[in-house]
Amino acid sequence: MSAPLSGPGSTRTPGREPARPGLPRTSRTARNHAPITATGLVVKVVLLGLVAGIAIWAAFPLIEAGHWIGLGVLVATTAALFYLYLGRRHIPAKYLVPGTLFLIAFQVLPVLFTASTAFTNFGDGHRGSKDDAVVAIQTSSVKQVPGSTEYALTIATKGDPATGDLVFLLSDPKTKQVFAGDAGGLRQLDASDVTVSSLSGKITAADGYTVLNIGQASGRSDAVTALIVPTDDGAIRSNGLTRAYEGKAARAYDAGCDCVKDSETGKTWTADEKVGSFVAADGERLTQGWKVNVGLKNFGAVLTDPNISGPFFGTLAWNFAFAIGSTGFTFLLGMAIALALHSPRMRGTNFYRVLLILPYAMPSFAMLLVWRDMFNTDFGLLNNLFGLDVDWFGGAWSARIAVLLVQLWLGYPYMFLVATGALQAIPRELTEATSVDGATPWQSFRAVTLPLLLVALSPLLIASFAYNFNNVNAILFTTEGGPFAPDNPRNGATDLLITYTYRLAFGAQGAEYGLAATVSIFIFAIVATVSAISFRRTRKQEEVYS
Amino acid sequence: MTSLAETPVARRSRGRWFALVGWRHLVGVLAVLFSLFPIMFVISAALNPLGTLSSTELLPTGASLENFTNLFDRTAFGHWFLNSLLLAGVASFASIFLSALAAYAFSRMRFAGRRIGLLTLLLIQMFPQFLAIVAIFLIFTTITDLYPGIGFNTPWGLFLLYMGGALGANTWLMKGFFDTLPKELDESATMDGASHVQVFFRIMLPLVAPILAVTGLLAFIGSINEFIIANVFLTNTDSKTLAVGMYGLVAGERNNNFGMFAAGTLLTAIPTVLVFQLLQRYIVSGLTSGAVKG
Repeated sequence: MSAPLSGPGSTRTPGREPARPGLPRTSRTARNHAPITATGLVVKVVLLGLVAGIAIWAAFPLIEAGHWIGLGVLVATTAALFYLYLGRRHIPAKYLVPGTLFLIAFQVLPVLFTASTAFTNFGDGHRGSKDDAVVAIQTSSVKQVPGSTEYALTIATKGDPATGDLVFLLSDPKTKQVFAGDAGGLRQLDASDVTVSSLSGKITAADGYTVLNIGQASGRSDAVTALIVPTDDGAIRSNGLTRAYEGKAARAYDAGCDCVKDSETGKTWTADEKVGSFVAADGERLTQGWKVNVGLKNFGAVLTDPNISGPFFGTLAWNFAFAIGSTGFTFLLGMAIALALHSPRMRGTNFYRVLLILPYAMPSFAMLLVWRDMFNTDFGLLNNLFGLDVDWFGGAWSARIAVLLVQLWLGYPYMFLVATGALQAIPRELTEATSVDGATPWQSFRAVTLPLLLVALSPLLIASFAYNFNNVNAILFTTEGGPFAPDNPRNGATDLLITYTYRLAFGAQGAEYGLAATVSIFIFAIVATVSAISFRRTRKQEEVYS
Repeated sequence: MTSLAETPVARRSRGRWFALVGWRHLVGVLAVLFSLFPIMFVISAALNPLGTLSSTELLPTGASLENFTNLFDRTAFGHWFLNSLLLAGVASFASIFLSALAAYAFSRMRFAGRRIGLLTLLLIQMFPQFLAIVAIFLIFTTITDLYPGIGFNTPWGLFLLYMGGALGANTWLMKGFFDTLPKELDESATMDGASHVQVFFRIMLPLVAPILAVTGLLAFIGSINEFIIANVFLTNTDSKTLAVGMYGLVAGERNNNFGMFAAGTLLTAIPTVLVFQLLQRYIVSGLTSGAVKG
């Protein structure tokens, strides 16, 4: 990059092949034969060195964990990068690959992963493989039997006391052996690595583990109760925060009948590969199931199951109203103000502009929360200021109006800005010509200004529509989807499909990732279709007006 | 208002002034009032010594900086602010660079798969990243095990994710802008022996500065406001971003923390408002590529 751009006439630079006589040189061939500069070479070496460095750094953990496929992908990607940037061909790829790499790894892969999830029953109770489910069923049915081993228990974590993975540090008072156990199993510890209290027999310190005090441990008591350490004979469970016992599993998996048998009651649950659960003859299902492919079942449920399709189509209608309303009202108000301020006689437009766009520059997440509080029935600014007593977020329609009002405030400065820009691009002679011809301002606006504005702005309007269609923050920070009907806590009056999906996937009723993924795909299909149709119409419009 | 001394002519000219210019100022003033009253409310709340929502009115009733000092003493606001600024700054800078590279290729080069590439970008962009949050969560669980340095609770994991969405909308916006620059410019430079790299850095980039400023700003605002992914990613108090941290501030006791929250909002707004006023002249022309033809 150090070579100066030479002026016309100096068509021959050293190091470059002369043009073949008789053949007019096209820009493409010229590009391929441009000289290699010193700076260019240095930059290239540094960047490729960086790539090699990152690849080596990334390779060690992969080798350690035995992720051979991951290592293969890493080596192939690095080799391809070196091939691409050391060679002189494939110039477009040189510009596209950096962004594409990120796009594939963090956008395309998750999308594909999501799409494949839509065909499964993945969710709470159906997370892992069938083997995982069997282990979970057996360990959770562990009961204390007479004569089983009792341990002194110390609760510890790996890393941070509040968030690290829990570990049981166990000492056997009879044999004086010490163990560490977690959901993966039990390991014997070296006695020299731990300190055992002579008084209680408990472990008070261990290398590599953070021992929790009583307060920290009781703060995570649910997780302590839930932690079950599988052993050869059964499993170890905690009994309070200081004792643990080894018990036997009441329920056991029998590969012969592909079923789970309860040794106490004799009841059997047979594996059903279609639903990914163990089902008893009376229809009872064990809560621990496994992930199976359910085909189009989720798609069918969204369209036909009245519990889901009812909210789905209602939400879809409001979702369209919200996206169109948010885009339309902001555009109308923004354009109206831009038109009002767009006049050669107008003084101080800069002053107005600086103040008008402030809402757009404010952090929207914070302002949404502020607006939520301004709509507060008791202390809210709006009710206080205008002497109203409206329960804004209590009624379905007032909540919808409130949400749209917030969107209008947040969004119209942007529309004002783009409309101002587009107006400046429309030659004034056009409107002057129509007024000479006797048109009223309204007529010339309808016939000249508006169509030209729409041509310039419709891509932005479509983008704004697509953005607002999935505007989670706007709903999550204000109404959180509410108000909810008393008989339907899953789906509120201002819920968008996306917030509805979010609740399906992470809500209190238990996660249904498979179903949530299906709704995601529906959303994607709807937005893509609407955008594709509008883009096509815009292109036609452009042909008409240009 | 009209006094007896006023002549009909003067009255008529005032009426004419209003019909031509005056109503425009009226619209402007009303719009400014609409824009400013929530911000006024935030300022009032931030200065309100009681710091509760119920005691806050539209105009400041007191002037105390207590909310600001509380914000820094009682919460990790300083950490959040730095995290957000750093993350949004680096991510938006890197993402517009990646987009500009791609837009240059799409605008100036013809290659197999160009149309498909553009269409694919458009389509993928319509699948918002947070729809795939479950998948992202699972992917990053593995990444956290292998490379804790770029996993959960680190800004790098989020940075990588934001880069994943870097192409797409911005690339389209930029490509439109690149397309409006006359081709003769870079073709003649190529004829003079400039390599494609030189054309990109020396000729194209300076000419597209307005759109770089605009997309950079949009990306910056987008990252500052991004909540859902950050909320899943950042659980340690010190590693949170502003959106996640401040949401926690008013999620529980929202009436009592309102003053601190308002103070935080004002501080959060400072960088964006500054950048906005700095880039003013680019924004209007950059947002509509039509405005810069020729």
